[in-house]
Amino acid sequence: MFSSDQSYWFVRKVICWRAAAGIAWAVLLLPPIAAVFLVLSRFSLLHPVQTISECLSLLTSASAIFSLILMCGVVILVGFLNLEYYTVIPTIACSKIALLGHLLHPRQLVNSLAHCIMGIIVAWCCAITIGDRYEILGYPCPQSDGDGSPHLCLNEYHLILLLAGAFVGFSHSLLGVIHNMNYVSFHTVQQYKYLLVKGSLPMVVKCSATQALYSIRNYIVLYFFLGYIPKAWICGTLNLHLNSSVQPLDSIAGLLDLCLLYHLWISTSFLLFTWHITLLLFRIFVTEVYSFPVQSSFTEEAHQCLPKVLTEKQPMILKFLALQDLALLSQHSPSRRCEVLSLSQPGGHPHNWNAISKECLSLLADLTQRLVAYHDTVATNGRAKSLSAGSERKTSSDRSVTSGTEELMSPRPTLLLKTPASVFARSIVGTPRSPLTAPFTPDLDSPLTSPALRRFTAPVEQCSPWFGTVQSPHVMRRAPKLWSTSTDSQVNGSPQSSLASVPSPKQEPSKPSLLAQFLQNRKEQVYKELMLDNFLFQLPEASSQALFADSQAHIWALEGLSYLVQASFSEDQFGVVQTTLPSILSCMLVLQEAVDRHFKLPHASSKPVRSAAGMGDSTHKTLRFALRATLKTAIYRITTTFGDHLNAVQMSAEHLKRLQQFLEYKE
Amino acid sequence: MCSLALFPPPLPTGQTTLCESNNELLESSPLSLYFPRESLKLHSRTESSSKAAFLDHSETLWMRSAAAWRDGGFTGLLSEITNSNTEVPKWLSVTSGCILALLQKFSSFHGSLFPHLTLSSEDMIAEFSQVLNWSDCVVRAFAWHPHTDKFAVAMMDDSIKIYNPKSATTPTLKHRLQRSVAAVQWKPLCASALAVACQNCLLIWHVDPCSLSARPSSGCAQVLSHPGHSPVTSIAWSPSGSLLLSASPMDTAMMVWDVASESCVPLQRVGGGGVTFLSWSPDGSHVLASTPSALFRVWETRMWTCERWPCVKGRCQSGCWSPDGSRLLFSVQGEMVIYALTFSNGPQAAAVVADLSETTFNTPDGDIVVGGEIQSLTWDPTGERLAVLLKGDPQAVNRPAIIAVFKTRTSPIFELLPCGFVQGEPSAEPRLMQFHPSFQHGALLTVCWSSGRITHVPFYFLSAGVPHFGLSGSPLLPRPQMRPTDLANQSLYTELTS
Repeated sequence: MFSSDQSYWFVRKVICWRAAAGIAWAVLLLPPIAAVFLVLSRFSLLHPVQTISECLSLLTSASAIFSLILMCGVVILVGFLNLEYYTVIPTIACSKIALLGHLLHPRQLVNSLAHCIMGIIVAWCCAITIGDRYEILGYPCPQSDGDGSPHLCLNEYHLILLLAGAFVGFSHSLLGVIHNMNYVSFHTVQQYKYLLVKGSLPMVVKCSATQALYSIRNYIVLYFFLGYIPKAWICGTLNLHLNSSVQPLDSIAGLLDLCLLYHLWISTSFLLFTWHITLLLFRIFVTEVYSFPVQSSFTEEAHQCLPKVLTEKQPMILKFLALQDLALLSQHSPSRRCEVLSLSQPGGHPHNWNAISKECLSLLADLTQRLVAYHDTVATNGRAKSLSAGSERKTSSDRSVTSGTEELMSPRPTLLLKTPASVFARSIVGTPRSPLTAPFTPDLDSPLTSPALRRFTAPVEQCSPWFGTVQSPHVMRRAPKLWSTSTDSQVNGSPQSSLASVPSPKQEPSKPSLLAQFLQNRKEQVYKELMLDNFLFQLPEASSQALFADSQAHIWALEGLSYLVQASFSEDQFGVVQTTLPSILSCMLVLQEAVDRHFKLPHASSKPVRSAAGMGDSTHKTLRFALRATLKTAIYRITTTFGDHLNAVQMSAEHLKRLQQFLEYKE
Repeated sequence: MCSLALFPPPLPTGQTTLCESNNELLESSPLSLYFPRESLKLHSRTESSSKAAFLDHSETLWMRSAAAWRDGGFTGLLSEITNSNTEVPKWLSVTSGCILALLQKFSSFHGSLFPHLTLSSEDMIAEFSQVLNWSDCVVRAFAWHPHTDKFAVAMMDDSIKIYNPKSATTPTLKHRLQRSVAAVQWKPLCASALAVACQNCLLIWHVDPCSLSARPSSGCAQVLSHPGHSPVTSIAWSPSGSLLLSASPMDTAMMVWDVASESCVPLQRVGGGGVTFLSWSPDGSHVLASTPSALFRVWETRMWTCERWPCVKGRCQSGCWSPDGSRLLFSVQGEMVIYALTFSNGPQAAAVVADLSETTFNTPDGDIVVGGEIQSLTWDPTGERLAVLLKGDPQAVNRPAIIAVFKTRTSPIFELLPCGFVQGEPSAEPRLMQFHPSFQHGALLTVCWSSGRITHVPFYFLSAGVPHFGLSGSPLLPRPQMRPTDLANQSLYTELTS
């Protein structure tokens, strides 16, 4: 597809290079980290000078260089896995079963296996580096019985270290799923990369050390009970013997060796630290601000400009970086704001502003709709549970079996009660509307059109409060339009832009292959079944988190819009923003109402438990609070800037009343 | 350079400044809000007396060690082990005693580098607060809402009252963790959020302006804390309302809080030994962060890099920004001058703009010496009045703490002109002052006095920055009492346009 080709440039030219730079820095940092590990692992208090001279000689030895090369390979592989598995929208398991499903996903199993193997490799390198009794797997048995044939005996110290590496690699990958370690969050405070790395290094060291401590504890317990299995297997496959004169390690006396525990811990810390630092560098490099041009004079670069890039969906990170750039330019860069608010040279259309505001508004409307749908399902479910089953038309299980998307999309009578359409209709009829727009809106009154189609034919108006409730063309064509229909026809030409993202919070890359379609269907089915199980294994507030999983985009959209509107008060020479001001305000107000209603649900406003410092990012758990605060601030930013002028904006009476509350600082 | 000698003499004792009108400070008895010291119920410290009512209960060593670890951390654990030397093996108690002694040696060395670290947290707040004589203040912190006529007052008894002329209720905020309030500030672009800097944490109250509750529950408060970041002596919201900065003299890092998600980013720089005072420029582009040593930093808020500004004599005590954020005025402890820094065209050296050395005025009641070190500086939002709180000398009778007000102009060139002194009732000294952020008719200075009284002193003038409906921005009303000759022969501070 053309658009996928166009967005591919970004992955190829930016993301890959950023990941490569991150990996390169991780590889460069590896030798000093390995040197520190070497010194720490071989340090002896009684002979400090001797230790250092030994370490120096060891650092230059061939085996050290070979293991360093191996570890570089591991780091590069970890970097590639990071690039392959990263996501900017966290996958939040709404129930325990869903979490189990994530853990047992084939993709995840491959990841775990890879980490397991890499753990073994790093542990082998550690064993070589520590040397001494860990160095080789087999050693010639002491000739006890005196027969001539030399046997090879199993060195259990070597084995326990290798298995520790495998275990820690595996548990690291599992914890990664549970704590969403592949989630890349964006920073609220922009800093230079060097300072960011420097600032988070102590955190990485600390969390590697503690995670290593817990992993080793679990590993030792596991080894104590099940250690004989791998031991016997290794002995069997490699034809090694067990030296009966040495204390076996899967016993209490064997495991209570402090030196062994220290070496296990320091190797595990080293292993985790190299992986964590790779992850940290990847996150920092990939989330770096990318400045997109607002407009370009060359047509071949047009697809790289901000208004075009914002509408892309395929690499999610592209959309996020574009929105971040929009939020930053609207705050800090007057010259780029000026470009956004400018008119196109031949024709005099505000294409940039139209595209940007349309995309931001559709994002916000999408969230509003999601919230309303969620609220309605929860409300009906709650009622079904509280009332007796007989009086309810549908039981909860009945409801969840019926086709999910259509269920979510269908209009709700509750909303009609909430927003009396008659009030709006009256205020709407009076407003002037352009006759040019009429031919582009299909006949929505026809009984043959489905409600879903009606919705997608007018994506601009998604933000209106009666969206999804009233199917009147009067309502749909409410906003006054100054410029020609070119933007409207664009809107109607790409209805799938809002279609794809509406039904589920997770935005799956949909490929038109048969297999993918099948998988998608299976997934939906599983999802529905899981909906059923939610009642049994529901994790509190997880569904709320899942609803706001991609809210970072909405936060930027809100910030970008509100700062641009604020700047337009003094900078907008052509009155470009004025035409969209009513729709922006009503969109924000409707979202505000939906968010307020959502926070009245149980568990929605309960704060997540502060997790201990780990590499997993817990930003997604508080995104809904951030969104609520940003939304309110955004509305206040507009009302404070425009003040009483807002009374002249054409809006519904209810919204004007709500705005008045904001003008009086009573929200 | 403007100096105090150019000021009109202070009013005789017993007269109180009412307002500024027609370029003169008038005196009368203003309306005020009064918190008598006796009305406050202070903390009764009766822990020692109630101890006798309980039986002595001895816990096991493990329990005590766990409790010591929880309360006092590593050093607490060590001292607990050292003290209970009868129960633990001798080698353990000796070892922990040695480690403890080493730690104390190290911390005393650290303390000798940064003497403020040896202060108790209450003393530290009093030392670095913008409030004069903080520990003795009835009103310990005061904050106007940035957009409405609403303000919050933090009292000596650790409660906060919110006054709103449009509402009959005055909510009182109390919280278990709300101890030793050093500063309060309302969140910009928000009606309800109030940040409070407490001894051990930051509290963010969400006080619904429509609520009729007189006593919001502590569930309305978010607690933000970070290990090692206490006591918090200064906070600053970004003017866009998205971020909150907090500073503690004990912590070398300045915290940038994302309040909604309760997460923070420490911004750490070597040197200084802590951060005492923060001030965010009104345009949001710069932040002043002063340290307990003779060094302050000016952060740029886009990429959060900082410029270091070493002072010669002492630490930066106070500072304020011009409305456009291009100019910073600050004062240094131990010096009696106001410095100015300009940020429009690259870094340069700070220039002295006002000399506040001691000046004697002859009043009917005898000589009054005015001047000395500066406690705090505030600039009104229009950039036309600058209020300076002078410390005075509490021992001397004729050297009171006093507020000197300057007229300022920032464009086309920076100018400082004398305006007058703001005085209160006899024997009441100003402790704390703040300008109203959105006063329509000029500037409104709110002063909290040592007597527990809060007065508002309006300065009526036509702002030059705001366009007026008249002839090319000139004032509409003639000013009959203006004496141009008087003003002309006073040598004023005028920036040289080079």
